[in-house]
Amino acid sequence: MNLPLKPGARARIPRAVLVWLCGLVACAVLALRADYTADMSAFLPRSPTPAQQLLVDQLTEGVLSRLLLVGIEGSTPEARAGLSRALAKHLQDGGLFVSVRNGDAATLAIDREILFSNRYLLSPAVTPEHFSPVGLRAAIENSIELLGSPAGMMLKQLLPRDPTGEMVELIGSLDTQGGPASQHGVWASKDGTRAILMLQTRAAGSDTDAQEAAIERVRSDFAALAKAAQPPEARVLISGAPVFAVNSRAAIQSEAVRLSTLGSAAVVCLLLIIYRSLTAVALGLLPVASGALAGIAAVSLGFGSVHGLTIGFGTTLIGEAVDYSIYYFVQSDSARRDGSQGNWMERFWPTIRLGVFTSAIGFASLLFSGFPGLAQLGLYSIAGLVSAAAITRFVLPHLCPATLPIRDISPVGLAMAGLWRRLPRLRPLVAVLAVAAVAILAAHHDRVWNASLSGLSPVSEADQAIDRSLRADLGAPDLRYLVVLKAADRESALAAAERTGRRLDGLVEAGTLGGYESPARFLPASATQEARRQALPERAELARRLDAALEGLPLKADKLSPFLDAVDAARHQPLLSPESLHGSTLALAVDTLLLRRADGWTVLMPLRAPAGDAPLDPAPIRAALAQDGETGALFVDIFSESTNLYQAYLDEAILLSLAGSFAIVVLMAVSLRNPGRLWRVIAPLLVAELLVMAGLALAGTQLTLLHLVGMLLIVAVGSNYALFFNRADDNPADDPRTLASLLLANLATVIGFGILGVSPVPVLQAIGVTVGPGAVLTLLLSAILASPPKGRSPP
Amino acid sequence: MNLRQLLAALALALCCPPALAAWNIASLMGELARNPGGRAVFTEKKYIALLDRPVVSSGEMRYVAPDYLEKRTLAPKPDYLLLDKDQITVERGKHKFTLRLAEQPEILAFAASIRGTLSGDRAALERNYALHLSGTRDSWTLNLSPSNPRIAELVTRITIGGKRDQVLSVEYLQADGDRAVMTIAPIPGQ
Repeated sequence: MNLPLKPGARARIPRAVLVWLCGLVACAVLALRADYTADMSAFLPRSPTPAQQLLVDQLTEGVLSRLLLVGIEGSTPEARAGLSRALAKHLQDGGLFVSVRNGDAATLAIDREILFSNRYLLSPAVTPEHFSPVGLRAAIENSIELLGSPAGMMLKQLLPRDPTGEMVELIGSLDTQGGPASQHGVWASKDGTRAILMLQTRAAGSDTDAQEAAIERVRSDFAALAKAAQPPEARVLISGAPVFAVNSRAAIQSEAVRLSTLGSAAVVCLLLIIYRSLTAVALGLLPVASGALAGIAAVSLGFGSVHGLTIGFGTTLIGEAVDYSIYYFVQSDSARRDGSQGNWMERFWPTIRLGVFTSAIGFASLLFSGFPGLAQLGLYSIAGLVSAAAITRFVLPHLCPATLPIRDISPVGLAMAGLWRRLPRLRPLVAVLAVAAVAILAAHHDRVWNASLSGLSPVSEADQAIDRSLRADLGAPDLRYLVVLKAADRESALAAAERTGRRLDGLVEAGTLGGYESPARFLPASATQEARRQALPERAELARRLDAALEGLPLKADKLSPFLDAVDAARHQPLLSPESLHGSTLALAVDTLLLRRADGWTVLMPLRAPAGDAPLDPAPIRAALAQDGETGALFVDIFSESTNLYQAYLDEAILLSLAGSFAIVVLMAVSLRNPGRLWRVIAPLLVAELLVMAGLALAGTQLTLLHLVGMLLIVAVGSNYALFFNRADDNPADDPRTLASLLLANLATVIGFGILGVSPVPVLQAIGVTVGPGAVLTLLLSAILASPPKGRSPP
Repeated sequence: MNLRQLLAALALALCCPPALAAWNIASLMGELARNPGGRAVFTEKKYIALLDRPVVSSGEMRYVAPDYLEKRTLAPKPDYLLLDKDQITVERGKHKFTLRLAEQPEILAFAASIRGTLSGDRAALERNYALHLSGTRDSWTLNLSPSNPRIAELVTRITIGGKRDQVLSVEYLQADGDRAVMTIAPIPGQ
């Protein structure tokens, strides 16, 4: 280590430096071994209720998290259909996807074949009465009438094998949604400008690396196919939860690196311009770098992994921790020039120490947050700031050469001093602004806070627009309303789904519900299948009943011998199992709706609102479910559930912040021991927060949790300024160098946060736009509200 | 128009006397095209080999020239079919679905047979069928034989009968021998 040491200290390394060096090595080891993550689940709450657990599970592991929507645009409709088929073939062979669907007739044929050959096990109409002479007659009469309808031509071929119309019933239940439009035999958007595919990845939604590989596979396979196609100008669009996850991660990773680099570079340039000494800049950055390292090490120890956003947040630490060394250099230089030799420790350190404690208490409130991501930010900031301050105080003096040639920046302070001394005249204006801010917040009180998780989503508006349009093309359900059931095993889960389904059927009949999905539709419980099989009469008996049923109908029994064969076969056919659905769309439907969990099985039954614009009314559904107490069926509105969940955490965070603020006031009251000074320190912080909130409200920005973090940071940074302007002995406006150090520190902070403010990642941007203006405001307000200068003329 | 084109036009005019005397496909189409549309009741009988008796259905139709055709079956079961521009909508009970005709060449061909006749759109008819006209202006029969093999797999012949600008019957003879006969009675004053 070739650092200039103080004369006399050369013989042995001071203990503080030793401790620092050892700590540095330990932190570096921890940081190198740390596990870094970037998925957004750290910003999903730890969930307390079953409904909320389900929500988070769906977001991280559910089928939706593995669903990719692919659109093919450009070129001609024929070429798009060809590309859709070729792409589906390639992806199916690739093995990364469990299901590839493009509406191709071949896939639909598999579904129809499974439905047709199992129609007597699947159709809810199959009961002993259905196969009585009266039941048979009613069903056959209905089928004959259907022959007269436009669909008659298709049904004609089925009639000899299925005169009771089970297939019509099953197809009807498949197509209630209408399904995607079709063009040249494959799915297409309604306006006919895109071919559409729906893919399900083999890997879990939380495995972002595997999702990235799967998306890359779609792109590369498509690129190869499109290049070979004539004409070659088709494009591919990919959307879905995995794309969001991968893009967010990439954005966060690149932002973390970019912002830290930019922030550091800008602050280094600023310091170089001011100090005009490389040594001073290097020394000044030591506490910052050590603090960042300590922060990462602390988070790694405390949480087991470090989130990419926490690192990106490092740039804010640069903005704040660099202040300490700025105060140290400029103020001790100032003290030296004044002749009050080296008394920085006595004159300024207590103020900075109080500022550090204030910040630490502010961030401590984040430690208790239910969002793991926020708790990480809290720990990172506390560890970083405390170490940076401690290193400035205990290590930096040992490393500084006796005469550190930094540029005298007192002219800057002098130039500003006159202006700053006049600032207190603005007090009436502050009062007016504060009142105006309160009025604005009161007017916006119902929309100051963003009450949804989407405010935290790093998914760009363009990506969301593509997703919405592909989803609309597919007619994919939005899965907002669900009935959720739990059961110990698959059979009882399916049986419960059937019982609940019968309740919901009543609501569909009554028109209060548009429809619902159920895994039991394609995979009935074994007992149900067995009962249906039992309902089928044996061949001779069926033939007798058929004769009676056909009396007077235009259909002769001898035309229906394929029906006798089919029923006979069905009586001996094995029951449907999940395996028998393999390779079909039906298997996907069942897998989506019937989930195996560590503690049993969960059934999801998505509900559809009745046609028209009226939203679903939960009351009759809850009432219907309540009649069937034993299944424990739960009605979940995902949207309001996630909103409630987020609201609860926002409330918690606001409460914690208020508690933190209260603790800060107590700390300052104890340290300052003077109600007047306490007020003059607290007031600038309070007014700055009000102005920032009012400004954001006026700009139409709704505050999220991350703005709240930003507001804590305003307290953390701003308390230093307020304390400096309210030290017992003097006002910085009287001391050009102290004033200059505050201005410089403020500039460094604003640079750090200003860079965050332009980030496209909303989480970082929110903090930037809050703290940047907040830092400037607290400095100005501290000067305005400080006790008037004692009238000394400037030196 | 240069001199040669003018001479050619004159020569053509001389060789083909105005169609005042001969009543032909062109004049039928012209007359049909002038029909603005209206409402009618229909009865449809489907003769299906499987059944001993035809399946009979009836209801109302409404046509608005040139491309809106609605068929509302009232008995024995309500049923609704709408051809509007390039969309076909089918409703039965709770089920309703809409298809774009451009995506379904077979359905498009069927739609063209009836709608092309109603609107007198000879070009649309000849895209899929060979036309043969017989009878008189007051009782004509237009035979459509599919020229497109994919349609020929489903339907062997479509026979449309009518009087002047009114279509009064449509018969589909299917490839499997079954046939559907629809008789149409315009509701006057519409």
